[in-house]
Amino acid sequence: METEKPEYVDFAVTARKYKTLLTKKYQNRKQWINPSPYDIQSIIPGTILSVFVKEGDVVNEGAPLLILEAMKMQNRIEMPFTARIKKINVEVGVRIPRETLMIELEALDNE
Amino acid sequence: MTLKKNILALRQKKAIVEKGGGDKAIEKQVAMGKMTARDRILALLDVDSFHEYDLFVEHEERNFGMASKELAGDGVITGTGTINGAPICIYAQDFTVMGGSLGLKHARKITKIMDHALRMKVPCIGINDSGGARIQEGISALAGYGEIFYRNTMSSGVIPQISVILGPCAGGAVYSPALTDFVFVVENISKMFITGPNVIETVLGEKISQEDLGGARVHAEITGNAHFYALSEMECFDQIKELISLIPHSNQQKAVSVEPKEPKSLKNIENIIPADPKQPYDVREVIHALTDDSKFLEIHELWAANIVIGFGRLNGETIGFVANQPMYLAGVLDCDASDKAARFILYCDAFNIPIVTLEDMPGYLPGVDQEHAGVIRHGAKMLYAYSEATVPKITVILRKAYGGGYIAMNSRHLGADFMFAWPGAEIAVMGPEGAANIIFRKEIMEAEDEDAMRQQKVQEYIEKFANPFVAASKGYIDAVIEPSETRELLLHALEVSKNKDDHRPAKKHGIPPF
Repeated sequence: METEKPEYVDFAVTARKYKTLLTKKYQNRKQWINPSPYDIQSIIPGTILSVFVKEGDVVNEGAPLLILEAMKMQNRIEMPFTARIKKINVEVGVRIPRETLMIELEALDNE
Repeated sequence: MTLKKNILALRQKKAIVEKGGGDKAIEKQVAMGKMTARDRILALLDVDSFHEYDLFVEHEERNFGMASKELAGDGVITGTGTINGAPICIYAQDFTVMGGSLGLKHARKITKIMDHALRMKVPCIGINDSGGARIQEGISALAGYGEIFYRNTMSSGVIPQISVILGPCAGGAVYSPALTDFVFVVENISKMFITGPNVIETVLGEKISQEDLGGARVHAEITGNAHFYALSEMECFDQIKELISLIPHSNQQKAVSVEPKEPKSLKNIENIIPADPKQPYDVREVIHALTDDSKFLEIHELWAANIVIGFGRLNGETIGFVANQPMYLAGVLDCDASDKAARFILYCDAFNIPIVTLEDMPGYLPGVDQEHAGVIRHGAKMLYAYSEATVPKITVILRKAYGGGYIAMNSRHLGADFMFAWPGAEIAVMGPEGAANIIFRKEIMEAEDEDAMRQQKVQEYIEKFANPFVAASKGYIDAVIEPSETRELLLHALEVSKNKDDHRPAKKHGIPPF
């Protein structure tokens, strides 16, 4: 039935490489990236209702950073540990997708 | 003479309701490239076999201006008929009547025909073409869906349930097809999703078309929600007819057997599989070389293509085939492949269809995405399904059978009745390279030329362990066979398994790793 020969690629399973075709789903799979604790990402898409901090602020663990409204719930995003706000990438009113880098943190230099 | 008058009145009344939403709505339906609900039923069933019930059912909603609305048949056609002479129950939602929306009476017509199918032990086919719940009827519409889902569950494993998606099927409506055994979709016509593009855009700001979100191809290739994919409604109906001819019509029956035929495969079975375990081939050619008339109805052809499942006949009897497909992803087991095979095995077991497993796989797919997607729990479904199945279970190891995958692919240890292996089969705890690296790690590291030593050790391992004879010496394999003997042995094994009587401990039900 097949007239043209498919283009097989090398595919490693453990220590051996096999010639095979890849599925679309496999090709489109997401590469895993080790998340940085200094990146505050959205875990759900939604709208930024308020931002409580400014760039340069030193914020204590547990203090509110912003409110992300999603699925009719106002989610309070809190500081994961005491650190300085390096950059804020969102503003009030914007709608953001999932896994948006909302706030970047940096470690306090001393102490 | 009054009887004659009454008959004429009946005919008139029927003709009006049978028009569904009327000429304009029908025109619109046809313009969308879709057949009408009635034409679909007539095209699918044997000529003149369809008989309709509940044609005059009317809705009882009084709010939101519904009191004055007449909805022909409340938007759904239900009845009985035959396919290839076999009785079936069928319903088809009529999109021309208020968008095929589901109200309580619409749902009650469906549940009535479903109850009938279950009592009479005949397959139930549902043709879905509906905008969703009839919002005017509020929670009564939700009640209707729930009553359908309940019956889908009660019928599961007793009678075959087939869903045909020939239009939109959105929101809660999708769960009835999801609970049924086989879902058919047609390119450009089927649309299935929980939340549609509008909601997704409003809530999340993501723009996507209906087709890209939940079109036929998406469900056939990406999600696995659809089992059969067709380019036209007529092709879809042919697929349904073929499926109906292959499956038993209840769990107390056997599939209709037909005159046995020899395979007409052009390729010699010995020439299909390359000896080099790293080279791919299409395992469907092996199936074609084994089945009667070389016929095979593949299920889930596009989804999880690294495993092949479907029905073929051996000696005239329907058999379920499960085969690793080295042509895709080297035939590895992964989340989707395990899911796909496990549910098929459950189906075969529920409906007394023997299972033939053709094995050639290098193991499980490595990767963070797989581990995080739960390959442990998905992979376990296969172990569960094979272990639980009491139908005749036969495995033929064609080439590679490594590690956990060897156990999963209906091994002796999970209760296989017959285990055959071709002489080139490699049954081992892992691939020779991997095994040699671990076992001879010290020798390899201490050697002057590591690569040469590794090659030597790999070769030693291949000679000693990458063959079927170690497993055969332990009785894990019943016979090492020549490829050309395969069909004959399968026929024999099935013949002697005819009266198989296997029981499981009494229980309400097991707790499979869903």
